[in-house]
Amino acid sequence: MDSIFSQFLDAYTMRIIILIGINLILALGINLVTGMTGQLNMGHAGFMSIGAYTSAICSLNLDTPFLLSLFLGAVTAGAFGFIIGIPILRLDGDYLAMVTIGFCEIVRVFFLNFEPGGKAVGLSGIPQDTTLSFVWLLVLIILFLNYRLNRSRIGRAMFAVKENEIAAEACGIHTSRLKIIAFTVAAFLGGLGGGLYSHYIFYISPQDFSFTKSIELLNMVVLGGMGSLPGTVLGVIILTIAPEVLRVVAEYRLLFYGGLMVILMIFRPNGLLGGVRWYDVKQKWFKMKSKTTKEG
Amino acid sequence: MLLEQLINGVTLGSTYALIALGYTMVYGIIQLINFAHGEIYMFGAFAGLFCVTVLGLPFGIALLGAMAFCMILGMSVERVAYRPLRGRSTRLSPLISAMGVSTFLSTLMVLIRGTNTTRYPEGTMMNATFQILGINISSMQIMILLLSAGLMLALQWIVRRTKIGKAMRACSLDLEAASLMGVNVNRIISVTFALGSALAAAGGVMVGLYYNAVWPYMGTMAGMKAFAAAVLGGIGSIPGAMLGGVLLGVLEIMGVAYLSSSYKDAIAFAVLIIVLIIRPQGLLGQKKSKKV
Repeated sequence: MDSIFSQFLDAYTMRIIILIGINLILALGINLVTGMTGQLNMGHAGFMSIGAYTSAICSLNLDTPFLLSLFLGAVTAGAFGFIIGIPILRLDGDYLAMVTIGFCEIVRVFFLNFEPGGKAVGLSGIPQDTTLSFVWLLVLIILFLNYRLNRSRIGRAMFAVKENEIAAEACGIHTSRLKIIAFTVAAFLGGLGGGLYSHYIFYISPQDFSFTKSIELLNMVVLGGMGSLPGTVLGVIILTIAPEVLRVVAEYRLLFYGGLMVILMIFRPNGLLGGVRWYDVKQKWFKMKSKTTKEG
Repeated sequence: MLLEQLINGVTLGSTYALIALGYTMVYGIIQLINFAHGEIYMFGAFAGLFCVTVLGLPFGIALLGAMAFCMILGMSVERVAYRPLRGRSTRLSPLISAMGVSTFLSTLMVLIRGTNTTRYPEGTMMNATFQILGINISSMQIMILLLSAGLMLALQWIVRRTKIGKAMRACSLDLEAASLMGVNVNRIISVTFALGSALAAAGGVMVGLYYNAVWPYMGTMAGMKAFAAAVLGGIGSIPGAMLGGVLLGVLEIMGVAYLSSSYKDAIAFAVLIIVLIIRPQGLLGQKKSKKV
């Protein structure tokens, strides 16, 4: 499968497509917590780094097969999400944001001093097992599950918690259980993305998973439109490609990036596709079509 | 030894407190975590450096210059990046806008100065070590302690005793009601940003001088820790920010001295998480009951 891709695409394009896939898995995790359930998660890189390190250490030291190490990484991250989710999800809004930032920082400092993780130097020589077809297979599965979730009882309950927690609770939704589910699944996805990342880049260090990385991932979700699945996909694609395109302006890249974020928020505060109701769009489109056929 | 470490901790903590005050005041009024605040602190340190090296001003005037510069910077950031968003968006979009500003400002400084660490020239500030009751204390520490105490008292005076302070307190209680009472809300928010930024600038200059290092990314970690301090004390509460800052500084120094220096950056956050689990509203924060 991948040999077919590599015939049509050069290595550079392949790399970007794989990174889009990995970022999508990570961003879908944030979308679940922040976009759908409305709990600000600013420490996703922490879960990503737990997944990346766990799976890399399994592959390097225990010689586990790729799928198993990936799974172990994701489960470890998910377990951490569950354990820290229980106490901290009592906090609301910005307190939660601060604790997730703090968690991400603690994880980073932990790996900076973690002997099997190579301390500040990091780990290298991780087998490069992540392939384009595998990443995108996972992405499609997760997208499909997420699409189904949006229409399920739990998904609708999540949106209800985001819109108004008190009203949701009054309607009989167990809000804290729901938040913990969202948080755990997000952490699992973060770990999965981290594992894929470490097995693609084959070199990781604690610096790769700093606060900046969390913000970068959060930006992808917010840019596309919170809670919107097509929005998240669009946001990830734009923000993964943007640094490559902005390479033309070299050192001014981040300056543009920062400026664009401000401008975007001023003109589309809910993100590019946030608040777009696909049903209405479809209706409008079909109406226009039927009008033209009538006139014709 | 313990007392000496305590003084080191309070010195570091009072600079955290100065930055944390900006976070907490802005949060108290418009419920925004101003992520660009750390960058304003960094700009303050550089503005002070510019005043000292290029303009050749003495320390006191350089400090005032940096504070004035950051006042303008903070107000312009608010005007450009936050005001257009106010009142017509979710709470998250100003946050993202703030992160954009933060990236923009730190990159701007990298473009101006490069990523290298620079320092204040020797003799900017008298640096002697005294022995008081057998404790070593440097003149720099005394200066930082006195200056931050003075600035905090001045802030308390502004907030408690002046008309603008009254308006600020009114805004933090209820923005809409305050505007109905004839308070020019936009102006008060501008003033809040100006005050917070000035304090951050003072913190930046003093830290730059104390640690003898000024670099474009100094704002990220300091900003995060100051925000942690603000949350620890109860965000929105001015005495809370002061207490949180000092407490965090002391804990950090004690952790380095008696535990391990490699976990320096994690200590602040670990303490914060534990405190928040026990007391979700922070040390001096008031518990808000949710109304339907």
